[in-house]
Amino acid sequence: MQRFILKRKNHITLISAILIVIGFIAKLGFKNETAATLPLAIASLLGLAPIAIQAYQALLVKVVSIDVLVTIAVIGAFLIKNLEESAIVTFLFLFGSFLEQRTLSKTRSAIKELTEMAPESALKQVENGEFEEVDVDEVDVGDILLVKTGAKVPVDGTVLKGEGHINEASITGEAAAVGKKKGSKVYAGTILENGTIQIIADRVGEDTTFGKIIELVEKAQDSKSEAERFIDKFSKYYTPVVLVLSAVVWIFSRNTELAITMLVLGCPGALVIGVPVSNVAGIGNGARHGVLLKGSEVIHDFSRTDTIVFDKTGTLTVGKPKVVDMQIYAQNSDEVLAYLASVEGESDHPLAKAIVEHIGNIKLYSVEKTDVIKGGGVVARVNGHRVAVGNVFLMEQENVQLSEKALSDIQRFENVGSSLVLTAIDGQLKALVGIRDQIRPKVAENLKKLKKLGVKSLVVLSGDNQKAVDLAAQELGLTKAYGGMLPKDKSEYIEKLKDEGKIVAFVGDGVNDSPSLALAQIGIAMGNGTDVAIETSDVVLMNSEFDRLPHALGLAKATARNMRQNIIIAVGVVLVLLASVLFGEWMNMSIGMLVHEASILAVIINGMRLLRYRLKY
Amino acid sequence: MKKATIQLEALTCPSCIQKIEGAIKALEGVDKESTDVLFNSSKVILNFDDEKITINDIENAITKMGYEVKKSRVKDK
Repeated sequence: MQRFILKRKNHITLISAILIVIGFIAKLGFKNETAATLPLAIASLLGLAPIAIQAYQALLVKVVSIDVLVTIAVIGAFLIKNLEESAIVTFLFLFGSFLEQRTLSKTRSAIKELTEMAPESALKQVENGEFEEVDVDEVDVGDILLVKTGAKVPVDGTVLKGEGHINEASITGEAAAVGKKKGSKVYAGTILENGTIQIIADRVGEDTTFGKIIELVEKAQDSKSEAERFIDKFSKYYTPVVLVLSAVVWIFSRNTELAITMLVLGCPGALVIGVPVSNVAGIGNGARHGVLLKGSEVIHDFSRTDTIVFDKTGTLTVGKPKVVDMQIYAQNSDEVLAYLASVEGESDHPLAKAIVEHIGNIKLYSVEKTDVIKGGGVVARVNGHRVAVGNVFLMEQENVQLSEKALSDIQRFENVGSSLVLTAIDGQLKALVGIRDQIRPKVAENLKKLKKLGVKSLVVLSGDNQKAVDLAAQELGLTKAYGGMLPKDKSEYIEKLKDEGKIVAFVGDGVNDSPSLALAQIGIAMGNGTDVAIETSDVVLMNSEFDRLPHALGLAKATARNMRQNIIIAVGVVLVLLASVLFGEWMNMSIGMLVHEASILAVIINGMRLLRYRLKY
Repeated sequence: MKKATIQLEALTCPSCIQKIEGAIKALEGVDKESTDVLFNSSKVILNFDDEKITINDIENAITKMGYEVKKSRVKDK
């Protein structure tokens, strides 16, 4: 019976609305007070039923909830024969909760979209070699799975057989599909756009990258800040206090009207849900745009950031060095380049790769007796010649004479921040190559946006030489730039900034800078949402596109502001209502309930605005 | 001790957190400290002593308060 009534709350709301209208038509239209009494009485009782049941359940577990207060108030109104008020109050209360339900699901929709992207089933190979559809929870590490075109990859795994293109937007934020073949890694939650592949499960369920992302977002949407915990405590005591207060008022003034009006104001509903709705909508907006914010405390701190420190490698630059200058000191440049490409072709070093890529198609020689000189370069025998490829230090070791011209070229290359690769053949300098990492597209523009958002200083800390760093800093308009920094120096520098009272956000790729990520008030990991990054940082930018960073900061600021607005709305409404009940003439139960419900809707709708948040400039 | 994650129907009213918390904390065998009712994700997370109480008892207590339990998962702690 109880459940039957609760399930039909919406029907009851509708019926009581109709009854109230009939009652008022009878009273105002036909001036027939008696005819109005019946529908209003039925509306009151009908509307009271679900509320009273909820009140009873709450009392059973010793919780004085708003339902308890409303039930008492309605019974009170009934007793003093104020049927209009009792009918309207129950209706408003029920209708309010109906609207809350509708609007709240909107604020949560963005996160729901994300969690619904989680794979549910998998085609698992069973003993006879056939594939059978199973629930994704039943997949274990080591199982062999079949993924067909259009299906979601159910777990993190490695391709065993087949080829295809996978859309990895859910993990990396990149819209372009990635080609996969035998040996490629695939990730749970990504979609196979074409082809058919067989994979072996490496990680399943919550251990997959996607599982971790979902867990993070789920936790974040309900994480509470210090202020929220205080509000929760406050609201726990506020309701019973109001109950006692109105009892006291009734005992002393014998004014039932006043006492029950006070009861209606007894639940700080907008206060309880105001901050959580801002939080869920803000985090939801982030999740849609590849920005994971780890909860309201993070949002609060991030919104106050005044210093952003960048770990240069991989954050401001593409992380892929390119040849920018080349000088040949020989007649036959093709031969020099062929030797150089042959030697560098054997190496995995980023500079070597850049050189090979730059030279492109050329005749290659076989390379013998390769000797890697630590901190210098490589010496090898090619086509009967001794070829040395490396830095100035290696050239000194090889007794290579550097001409006046070469020395000035070296100076010139270094001045523009390039790393140098010299090539000597049989002790003669033949080529000088200048290589530089490229600054990511649109970085300067986005750094300007960060400044507009109120960040006072932008600092870069880098392991590269000071000249290269200065150059980038100048080009990008950074406040400060430090080169030649080791990971230890970086974390010491952050410590120093914190001691100066700065609120520091550190942006890194999450791979070799985790101490700094953890040390800064806000650790921001940028890149491909690697596991380490997800665990050690406070904010994860899923995509390596730099424009996520201003969006993240703007969103954090907007969310923090939204939370403050909601607290002001909620507290303001409670204060105004209490004041007017005690000192005003116009306040009654119905208006009290209307304002109360309206304030709850106001905070939800205000929170909903965050879902559409976009940086304006 | 076991750890339970109970997925409820979407929670929408401001006072339901208190009510569900009250209902669960009143149960014998539930670790009160660990009990957490999550409003936005509409989940209850708690640790309980499986020798004193079963997951069904906990689910029933929530259902009795008028909230539908959608799915629950129990893991060893």
